[in-house]
Amino acid sequence: MPFNSTPALTVAGLSYAYGKKNALDRVSFTVAPGECTILLGPNGAGKTTLFSLITRLYDSREGRVLIAGHDVRKESSRALAQLGVVFQQPTLDLDLTVLQNLHYHASLHGLSRRRADLRIREELERQGMYERRKEKVRQLNGGHRRRVEIARALLHTPRLLLLDEPTVGLDVPSRKAIVDYVHQLCSDSGIAVLWATHLIDEIYGSDRLIVLHKGTVRADGSIPDILKTAGAETVADAFHTLTREAA
Amino acid sequence: MRFMHYLRALRGIMARELLRFVHQRERFVSALVRPLVWLFIFAAGFRSTLGVAIIPPYETYILYEVYITPGLLGMILLFNGMQSSLSMVYDREMGSMKTLLVCPLPRWYLLIDKLLAGVLVAVLQAYTFLLIAWFYDIQAPLEGYLTVLPALILSGLMLGALGLLLSSFIKQLENFAGVMNFVIFPMFFLSTALYPLWKIQESSELLYTLASYNPFSQAVELIRFALYGQFNLYACLYTSAALIVFLIIAIIGYNPSRGMMQRKGGPAA
Repeated sequence: MPFNSTPALTVAGLSYAYGKKNALDRVSFTVAPGECTILLGPNGAGKTTLFSLITRLYDSREGRVLIAGHDVRKESSRALAQLGVVFQQPTLDLDLTVLQNLHYHASLHGLSRRRADLRIREELERQGMYERRKEKVRQLNGGHRRRVEIARALLHTPRLLLLDEPTVGLDVPSRKAIVDYVHQLCSDSGIAVLWATHLIDEIYGSDRLIVLHKGTVRADGSIPDILKTAGAETVADAFHTLTREAA
Repeated sequence: MRFMHYLRALRGIMARELLRFVHQRERFVSALVRPLVWLFIFAAGFRSTLGVAIIPPYETYILYEVYITPGLLGMILLFNGMQSSLSMVYDREMGSMKTLLVCPLPRWYLLIDKLLAGVLVAVLQAYTFLLIAWFYDIQAPLEGYLTVLPALILSGLMLGALGLLLSSFIKQLENFAGVMNFVIFPMFFLSTALYPLWKIQESSELLYTLASYNPFSQAVELIRFALYGQFNLYACLYTSAALIVFLIIAIIGYNPSRGMMQRKGGPAA
């Protein structure tokens, strides 16, 4: 099978419930390589639950998740090897330096010392953070910490990058820098991105949009498609319509 | 290649634990102060009131400080095990546990690595305590300092696995105070760390039974004998069995399809 024909992510008929409360209901979509897909949904839509299932922090018997063609339940190691994640909560060790944090992650992914050094340099330089590699994470501001987390998620050259509301709590320039950088990544390196957010200004015209509300996919397609479906003129109106009608 | 991946992950997890340990000097100091207070103050105070008869592995009458030294080594391992458990709950609340759990290695292996890393730190503390005790004239035979190492590792693993197990069942950080009250204190006081079994039996048959089944007692006895170059087979088997049981339950607790990660992970978004 040629490299590019396998979707970076396939979610098929995925459901999940917390006790009797349905968090996800038969969610299905795919993300192709090089595609930047925005998972748009209000708080409580099920975005974090979906991410927890994709990363196998949770497990569901209903439906399937495949990362680069590997089933996360049956071949979890192969699937997770193709996955880079930036979680909603910051997950860097504040008392360690940038370099120590990144080396820790590299070792978890089995990178040799030489390879880790090389990849760390590449990723940090790409984000203008290499000079700060010896600083403790505690000394960095929120935006820079996020950059380090993105660098970390990319160290093992995954095929799919998941970002769970990575810009929450950041100031406007930091947010813009991260949004621009991730979009650039998609077009330059061919990595697939699934970006969960509830902030409409993080969407680019070329992005694909999945609107998630109350655990179900309300719309899935390019921005013109979504606008057409919702009969709206702007993404904000479409989002409002799609999530209001369904409520 | 796969083997190298396992090895690199183990090295990475251990290095991180050591670095965190180095950065948190106050943790190191407080971990040492606790048993030293017991040794220098409590034991000195009780020296005259608590006479200890000649019991194996000791061949002569001993000072109370000598008797409780293995118990205090056990205390270091116990608190470390619980500290690791606390940091696992903290990591889970703060999210850094997730980065460990989403790496492409089996979860049981990651948990065992985490356990080994915790034991490495605990054993370093135990030897520092032994060094200070040595200057205080509590000296075991020289070879004892070598033979105690496997006993410290096995006991540390067992108590660390208990911590791991607890961490999979503790929902929030605030509940950790309960662990202190319901696990650490009963385990420590209902053991042979501070008084020998026969002394406990003199006071209460029930407490004697509880203390003899307490895995912490067996860990302390394993350490006590090993420190004097002797091997206590029963204590070793008992500690190993407890390690296996605790570890299996902990691994089940962290299994994504059955475990606690799922049950406690309410709908955040």
